[in-house]
Amino acid sequence: MFLEYLNIVLYDLLKIAALVVPVLIAVAMIVWVDRRVWGAVQLRKGPNVVGPFGLFQTLADALKYIFKEVIIPIHANKVIFIIAPIVTMSLALIAWAVIPFSETLVLANINVGILYIFAVSSLGVYGIIMAGWASNSKYPFLGALRSAAQMVSYEVSIGLIIINVLLCAGSLNLVDIVLAQKNIWYAIPLFPMFVIFFISALAETNRPPFDLPEAEAELVAGYQTEYSGMMYALFWLGEYANILLLCALGSVLFLGGWLSPIDAYPFNAIPSPLWLIFKILFLFILFALVKAIVPRYRYDQLMRLGWKVFLPFSLFWVVLTASFLYFFNLLPK
Amino acid sequence: MKIKFSRILKIIFLSEFVKSLYLAFIYMFKRRATVNYPFEKGPISPRFRGEHALRRYPDGEERCIACKLCEAVCPAQAITIEAEPREDGSRRTTRYDIDMLKCIYCGLCQESCPVDAIVQGPNFEFATETREELYYNKEKLLENGDKWEKELAHNIKVDKSFR
Repeated sequence: MFLEYLNIVLYDLLKIAALVVPVLIAVAMIVWVDRRVWGAVQLRKGPNVVGPFGLFQTLADALKYIFKEVIIPIHANKVIFIIAPIVTMSLALIAWAVIPFSETLVLANINVGILYIFAVSSLGVYGIIMAGWASNSKYPFLGALRSAAQMVSYEVSIGLIIINVLLCAGSLNLVDIVLAQKNIWYAIPLFPMFVIFFISALAETNRPPFDLPEAEAELVAGYQTEYSGMMYALFWLGEYANILLLCALGSVLFLGGWLSPIDAYPFNAIPSPLWLIFKILFLFILFALVKAIVPRYRYDQLMRLGWKVFLPFSLFWVVLTASFLYFFNLLPK
Repeated sequence: MKIKFSRILKIIFLSEFVKSLYLAFIYMFKRRATVNYPFEKGPISPRFRGEHALRRYPDGEERCIACKLCEAVCPAQAITIEAEPREDGSRRTTRYDIDMLKCIYCGLCQESCPVDAIVQGPNFEFATETREELYYNKEKLLENGDKWEKELAHNIKVDKSFR
């Protein structure tokens, strides 16, 4: 009985490791891609010394962070200060559990997959708030407040955008959502929603032009100001894992997940997880390009965009999609 | 009214954003403006004012005649020279120090030198770990001269008609 139980636990742990390790490696690679794309747009070379094409740059950086001293400020709340980066990092990783890499290749094929992702990414705010509060210093605190307000506001419009997709797919299960896109990817009929999802994802992950929590000109480094060594690296990895997660979510909801663009020979010969990876990479390169070309928003402009533009527009689109589906009797059974 | 309408269209269709995205994409495949610095270096003018060197004549005799013009002209007063007549009656320096930390690399010493003895070479990578290593004395400067003679002679030859 006990052995059987142990067997199940070990098997599950193995499955989790098989998901988390590739995700962590992907995060390391994606940081490299980010820096290379950013450099390329600015006519620089970017990191190209460590390993072939500089591929091991992130590993070298991580090694550097591991050997650096972790400084905890005297006035900081030690427990929360240490927990905060752990929360950020682990929340960024556990959301990956429901991302389907193919029809069967998914760690937890639960029926409320999209709600799970939404809940976990909302919890992500806690890591930042805890970091800002526990640092007991003004810049981290202001940065954390900004970050929390920003993430909360954009999550609202992301929620409404996802409702559009759910109306079309008729399921909260991510596998079903992808399978519902067999005929047409939702990026085409719901194109405006895809664009707004992309921009909201930028805001959600604190990427430029919405990187106000880390606006170095005003807030030094936002909620990360007091962090150093491995704890800083955890924040940094968590941030990129989050970006990757939203890219994956974008490709699952709008770009047909693991489905090939055309269901014909040269395309469907490529294994389906690879298609998902291509799509994530495509979205990520867009993320990186945007980072290179845009200036930072002012805080009130950011809030205006979130509440006065995206929220009404996506709400309007929900009504439009719903009435369209109802009128033409296209509602999923 | 018409202008306002076109502006609204611009905002709705994110036209400027898409344009800049396209531009960024084009730039990604352009030639890089930077070089792999420690492995490859950019071109340097023959007039480049880098690390100092004291040159010698081809027969090995040092050029400097201790006229002290460079010491006099140096705006940072980085050069210190002491001189005595040698046994064969010629006037040479016994001490020729340059404080590389005081030096402002203006090139006036090179310009003032009547015998092309003190020159500034093409080397700019002479960072050290301590201050003391940057107080150059005569041996160090002559050693530099021997090391960079080929480049120094070439630079002086190329630049001669402009002096």
